[in-house]
Amino acid sequence: MDEPFERVVREHGATVLRVCRAVLGPADADDAWSETFLSALRAWPDLDRGANVQAWLVTIAHRKAIDVVRAAQRRAIPVADLPDLAVAPAGRDLDLWSALARLPHKQRHAVALHHLGGLSYDEVAGVLGGTPAAARRAGADGVATLRRTYGTTIDGGDR
Amino acid sequence: MTTLDAPVTPDDLARLHADLAARALGVGLVDVAYRTLDGPLGPLLLAATPVGLVRVAFAVQDHDAVLTDLATRISPRVLAAPARLDDVARQLDEYFTGRRRTFDVPIDLRLVGGFRRVVVEHLAEIGYARTASYAAMAEAAGSPRAVRAVGTACALNPVPVVVPCHRVVRSDGTPGQYAGGAAAKLALLDLETRVGAAA
Repeated sequence: MDEPFERVVREHGATVLRVCRAVLGPADADDAWSETFLSALRAWPDLDRGANVQAWLVTIAHRKAIDVVRAAQRRAIPVADLPDLAVAPAGRDLDLWSALARLPHKQRHAVALHHLGGLSYDEVAGVLGGTPAAARRAGADGVATLRRTYGTTIDGGDR
Repeated sequence: MTTLDAPVTPDDLARLHADLAARALGVGLVDVAYRTLDGPLGPLLLAATPVGLVRVAFAVQDHDAVLTDLATRISPRVLAAPARLDDVARQLDEYFTGRRRTFDVPIDLRLVGGFRRVVVEHLAEIGYARTASYAAMAEAAGSPRAVRAVGTACALNPVPVVVPCHRVVRSDGTPGQYAGGAAAKLALLDLETRVGAAA
């Protein structure tokens, strides 16, 4: 690519942050966001001109978010209860991120990649493994649960 | 498609961007850092490589187009990373407010080659509040007959203001063309005359 990288950050920064928050919760998302764009900046000159930049970034972001999860698990002392995600910065999104955190793993990741990251279900299956149909089911189930637990700001049908 | 209403605030993104810029500078991943500086001639785009200041552009030159050009000619690793431009921004501010006459920042002239580069290198010899004619510059550059080429070299100077192409004027004393527009050239010459006379 020969476009200034700054435009990539401006255009896709919000989407990448949503994906990171969906996988990690708001408190730990910042680090994954920075790692995503540092890694993308390094690779940017070599990316093919025709590449889907958003899908490329979302895939990197997902990988970086998983790295953060794994690093936290390596450091963590086992405790009986899951950490309370309500330590996140206050705001109207808190409930969405908490609701996402309560989804089964595969649903949470399918929703993060498809509904927030804009990947097709074929691409989601490529990232998560399994079939596109299974990814679609996980996404739909996840959204159905969110609609119950989080409510009003989820709209529209599924594609 | 189902949409999730998950806004992120501009403050979040500004904070993350600042952190990214600092980290990317720290690990040497920013080939072209830039910022804009507001001044009496409107917003100036300032861009620097690790070597030095590589581009100064007026708003009339279209900052977006300039950034695209830098990405193509130098590297697409272009990031708004103001820290690298702190020195030049401060010195320009001092210059515009009459508190500075010469610039002391590293310059990267990689965008100019050949005769144009020779001319640009000679521009620094014209002192504050002084002017030289295009013909005199052609002579100084070693090609007395290349007056038009000097005009082109000045018009295409990649680092105007800091490298003072505004001090090159027509033999009849009128200012002549300028990348930032004739009015900008006149304003710079006026500023220097006023500050120079007051000293």
